[in-house]
Amino acid sequence: MAALTDLTLTAALQSLRRGDISSRELTNAYLERIQHLEPSIHAFLALTPDQALSQANAADRQLAAWRRDRSSPLPELLGAPLALKDVLCLEGVPCTCGSRILENFVPPYSATAVERLARAGAVFLGKTNTDEFAMGSSTENSAYGVTHNPWDLERVPGGSSGGSAAAVAARMAPAALGTDTGGSVRQPASFCGVTGLKPTYGRVSRYGLVAFGSSLDTVGVLGRDAQDVALVFSLIAGHDPRDATSVSLPLPEMRLDGEADLASLRLGIPQEYFIPGMQPEVEAAVRQAVGVFESLGVQVTPVSLPHTRYALPVYYLVAPAEASANLARYDGIRYGPRLPADTLWEVFRGTRGAKFGPEVKRRVMLGTYALSAGYYDAYYGQAQKVRTLIQRDFEQAFSQVDLIAAPATPHTAFKIGERGDDPLAMYLEDVFTLPANLAGIPGLAFPVGQDSQGMPIGMQLMAPHFREDLLLQAAHTYQSVTHWHTRLPAL
Amino acid sequence: MPHVIILPVSLTLDDVDHIAALARLRLSEEEKELYRQQLSAILEYFAQLQSLDTSDVPPAASSLPGATTLLRPDEPRPGLTPASLLSNTADSESDQFRVPPVLE
Repeated sequence: MAALTDLTLTAALQSLRRGDISSRELTNAYLERIQHLEPSIHAFLALTPDQALSQANAADRQLAAWRRDRSSPLPELLGAPLALKDVLCLEGVPCTCGSRILENFVPPYSATAVERLARAGAVFLGKTNTDEFAMGSSTENSAYGVTHNPWDLERVPGGSSGGSAAAVAARMAPAALGTDTGGSVRQPASFCGVTGLKPTYGRVSRYGLVAFGSSLDTVGVLGRDAQDVALVFSLIAGHDPRDATSVSLPLPEMRLDGEADLASLRLGIPQEYFIPGMQPEVEAAVRQAVGVFESLGVQVTPVSLPHTRYALPVYYLVAPAEASANLARYDGIRYGPRLPADTLWEVFRGTRGAKFGPEVKRRVMLGTYALSAGYYDAYYGQAQKVRTLIQRDFEQAFSQVDLIAAPATPHTAFKIGERGDDPLAMYLEDVFTLPANLAGIPGLAFPVGQDSQGMPIGMQLMAPHFREDLLLQAAHTYQSVTHWHTRLPAL
Repeated sequence: MPHVIILPVSLTLDDVDHIAALARLRLSEEEKELYRQQLSAILEYFAQLQSLDTSDVPPAASSLPGATTLLRPDEPRPGLTPASLLSNTADSESDQFRVPPVLE
């Protein structure tokens, strides 16, 4: 029999219900694997083994009672271990956001998405590593050390949800929550060979998510395949009165069908996402995956998203501007360490200067400048206008096609330290994922190949607002006839 | 009009001081020079946005065009306790955050 940690979330839940395995056995198997692999991968910032085992014991009692009397339905995730990115609050467990400025912060409440998973019976293993305040594309900006890619420990896992992506790829958790403000679920999913969903803006409550870019932030899911991701997504989605931007639209049916007929589906290929300088193996694998969709009856047509090249400057003005306002709350007064000083202003300046890392300071300054008197119209104002043009590009394209297919990243995972100290080079990592955030549309990354070094290659599907069901069904159909999502790193 | 603004080619150390003061960040001399160079390079790259004519384009108000803000009923509900709100502060006294003098 394969190791318990090799089971997908869906398969593990079936085994739990049948009584083949207990939640305690499954949880222990993950905790042991984490203990074994954590020194080389460092996917976690905090582990909660005692809490996890007591949740698992409670789940086992509920499962045993259900097997005697099946009159009431079981919570959907009962007994299933999961990991949470360390920007989402779990009551009573430290939430650092990968930052020294929150090194001792213990949230007094849980995020809505986390609370919904708890209500569905999930067992939380711990909090995963992230670039500081989710600002980065490699987890190298974490104040608590880099996460290593399970496919090659010398490479980054991507970011900012790199800890979640590495944990899922290394089978240290069957699935995990991440967040995606500019690609932070899709890019690490792509680098680690897992499936990652960035939902529509407003689809999942942001209550209890530490804010970064409030018009862009989304809570997403990383899992081994589209089916597992769909399950977790369907449980966290939905209106929440505690988040004024959460949307009260009903969630479409998420029952994925491996035999679904995709013949009526129109798939658009944007030429702007196949750029000079991208890794040829990435382009080849993505075009091959498009061929698989074609063989399934999907109609493939070219589309144009002419303002794609402006997404990068627009994003890196809008997101830092919003971040500079959101991060104003970290001043050493209500939470986090405080650098003593004689005046209040010196407390603020000293604490923030000492406890924010270099990338956070850079973005806070960039955003402050873009919003400052005399430069607001030229930078922030102009960026928001060009953002409208990017949104119109997608509206136009989605009047012709149902889904858009593109590479998730221009290349596979790079070596730790390779991008060095050039912030602009790191920003270019997100070039294919930023547009979906600026438009608020959902996107899904999943593995479609490997390069000559054995590193996973990710493809991205994008859909109109609220059509996560289309994304997940298309990826599920692809995964029903291909094997890339079942490949696991040797560890 | 935004289109006639001449943007600085690169930032000066005085600009960096001004931004850092607005952002409440104390920076070392090395950091100031580093951020001066890096922010200048980033802003230079971003100058390409100025080449687009957006005079007829409204700024994006939201990532969900047509979205409306949902309001919840204004009803009293239990909230967090003062003790839990103060549990993360470095300094408190009698259920309040304690800070250095605001005014000299």
